[in-house]
Amino acid sequence: MPSKSKAPVFESWGRYPKLDVRLEPLFWTDEYPRGTRLPPSVLAVGMGRSYGDVCLLQDGTLLSTRGLDRLLHFEAGTGLLRCESGVTLDQILQFAVPRGWFLPVTPGTKYVSVGGAIANDVHGKNHHVAASFGNHVPRFELVRSDGARAICSVDENPEMYYATIGGMGLTGLIAWAEVQLRPIASRKVRYTAIKFSGIDDFLAISSSSRSECTMAWIDCISQGRAFARGIYMQGDYSEVVEPKKVSPKPRLSVPFDFPSWALNRTSMRIFNELYYRKQLRQQVTGLIDYEPFFYPLDSVLHWNRIYGKRGFLQFQCVIPWRYGRDGILAILETIAESGMASFLAVLKVMGEIPSVGLMSFPQPGITLALDIAIQPEVTFPLFERLAEMTRELGGRLYPAKDACMTGQQFRSFYPQWEQFAAYRDPAFTSAFWERVTADA
Amino acid sequence: MRRRRSQIDSLEERPIEARTERTGRSGRSKRAMPKTILVLGATSAIAQAWMRLLAPDGASFFLVARNAAHLDSVAKDLVTRGAAAVYVETSDLDETAAHTGLLERAVGALGTLDCALIAHGVLGDQAAGERDFAVAAGSLQTSFLSPVSLVTWLANYFGRQYHGSLVVISSVAGDRGRKSNYIYGSAKAGLNAFLGGVRNRLDREGVQVLTVRPGFVATPMTAHLPQGPLFATPDAVARDILHAIEHRRDVLYTPWFWRWIMALIRVIPEWKFKKMDL
Ligand SMILES: NC(=O)c1ccc[n+]([C@@H]2O[C@H](COP(=O)([O-])OP(=O)(O)OC[C@H]3O[C@@H](n4cnc5c(N)ncnc54)[C@H](OP(=O)(O)O)[C@@H]3O)[C@@H](O)[C@H]2O)c1
Repeated sequence: MPSKSKAPVFESWGRYPKLDVRLEPLFWTDEYPRGTRLPPSVLAVGMGRSYGDVCLLQDGTLLSTRGLDRLLHFEAGTGLLRCESGVTLDQILQFAVPRGWFLPVTPGTKYVSVGGAIANDVHGKNHHVAASFGNHVPRFELVRSDGARAICSVDENPEMYYATIGGMGLTGLIAWAEVQLRPIASRKVRYTAIKFSGIDDFLAISSSSRSECTMAWIDCISQGRAFARGIYMQGDYSEVVEPKKVSPKPRLSVPFDFPSWALNRTSMRIFNELYYRKQLRQQVTGLIDYEPFFYPLDSVLHWNRIYGKRGFLQFQCVIPWRYGRDGILAILETIAESGMASFLAVLKVMGEIPSVGLMSFPQPGITLALDIAIQPEVTFPLFERLAEMTRELGGRLYPAKDACMTGQQFRSFYPQWEQFAAYRDPAFTSAFWERVTADA
Repeated sequence: MRRRRSQIDSLEERPIEARTERTGRSGRSKRAMPKTILVLGATSAIAQAWMRLLAPDGASFFLVARNAAHLDSVAKDLVTRGAAAVYVETSDLDETAAHTGLLERAVGALGTLDCALIAHGVLGDQAAGERDFAVAAGSLQTSFLSPVSLVTWLANYFGRQYHGSLVVISSVAGDRGRKSNYIYGSAKAGLNAFLGGVRNRLDREGVQVLTVRPGFVATPMTAHLPQGPLFATPDAVARDILHAIEHRRDVLYTPWFWRWIMALIRVIPEWKFKKMDL
């Protein structure tokens, strides 16, 4: 066999940090650890849709699970699907939607793997009624670096089950998992979009909403009267039975990196203005396909290239109710004052149902998520400030989106980290984990 | 040799659809999708992607591969996606003496055969093969003699049946010998010539013989190579293969641009070619 030459590069979705990684593709669930002569540190990765460095590893090997894409069993009566961990949510939808089933929980992109969805215990627009992804994963198989394979569920190896859900991939390789799907009658979602003029307006609409799926787009550039205005979106699966075809493949793609000046404060302001004004009436209702409702950005492949080569940072915090309203306002003000723009900022109320993972991010309160292009002198100090504010407000940041939080901050956001560390596989680590535990 | 044969799952209540009548024996018209399918080397990534395209229509499969655990997960995937029945047998296809029994069991299980795909092959260790003939011979056994043995039996079967598609995965590497992989290339070149002859013989019996010549495909076989822009996905190659079966093609270059790349490579005069680094 020809020897290994240049390693393929692997970037996370935010394209920062850029690390020299080695990628080893897996094609079968029994390939690790047998037969692979690997250096001691490894980390399983799926689609690389985490924004920062939880899916990266320097001086180690990333085990790509994309080749673990087999569906192993489906119970048509109950909607329980067993599949290998590299199967993407997109592949599940292609299989399940025509059969009348949908994902129990979905993040804003369907291009994530089941393994990644478990490892980061992702949440979506229905968090307030369905909690996070792990709540719908009754069982999975975990492969440890010593070759031990364990079925994990609330009954079998429960500690490993709770540690792996939201465990950032550090407990071992997830070989396969079971996902409990939910029934749907059609592809359509009955939605309502309501304009709001500020955070109190948002909270009032939020508390009166009875919808299964809710989230809000918020303008975080405009100041003065337009400050914290936005559009609240809510939706429910249509109950009218209709044929359910497979989605077409997206046609649009960003073919190259945008130059760094393309997204500046002015273009962002124009975007935010248009986005808010595009909806003329106070309230709009309609019936739309699930694709634009759940995955508006998936219709443009490689949209992360609009931030240019330097990449971008994502900030996502959850602030508990105690400080929720004022805390979010303070954070929004800090962002607006910094002059750093974000064109898609999302606000959502998180529900009370606890996540099952030991390290899961969600907690009751308000969550805010936004992207900011990297301009080193401004972006990093801003993120430092935002992380510190989050800590003071009793909130926490989401490791799947993070590239900046300090070890001290991480350990105060997740005081259970030491308990978790006991379940980490000694061979599994990540750039994130190294970063936040180095000074512990 | 380990041999295992079992029916993973057969949804008896779903009858296998009657095959639609074929128009003309060797006409150019589009044909129905194959429903009873034999796959040799069924754990190949290209074969898996191709079978996934057919499973949702309720095709029945007889799968042969040498790794029982891998074969089991492939079979489960097909059953989950809607295959009517999946039979598996574990066999090292280098053992040509076992082929007749194996193929008879496949036809016995499926009842009839619309299509056979031969997908197994090894890239082999070129450098080791240059030093040691035994290594080269092993590679030729898997990538040339084994398919030849299987095609011999299948050609007679399809010829008697007067219909069917015999699909064999060869490679663009067979179009011209080059220093980096001529052992593998010569196996594929031999296969190309052999299949050309079989096609010439069977066309008049209404049988399609399809030689598939993929370029670079991102599969375990090429996982050790740096992936460039010329790499196709197994799914794209699988779609091309299915299209070529439906349209009764003879030789398929996939993705399409390889037909032109190889046409250029073939016209380079030998005195020049021998000095090139390919
Ligand atoms: N990938 C490419 O770039 C490329 C390009 C041109 C042509 N091709 C051809 O495409 C075909 C499929 O290859 P692939 O790309 O899909 O790679 P692959 O996934 O590695 O498939 C090769 C398959 O052949 C099987 N095999 C090898 N020796 C065998 C034996 N003695 N008995 C039974 N099975 C055996 C392997 O089984 P094990 O897993 O048990 O070893 C494996 O499933 C091959 O004929 C290859 O030459 C590939």
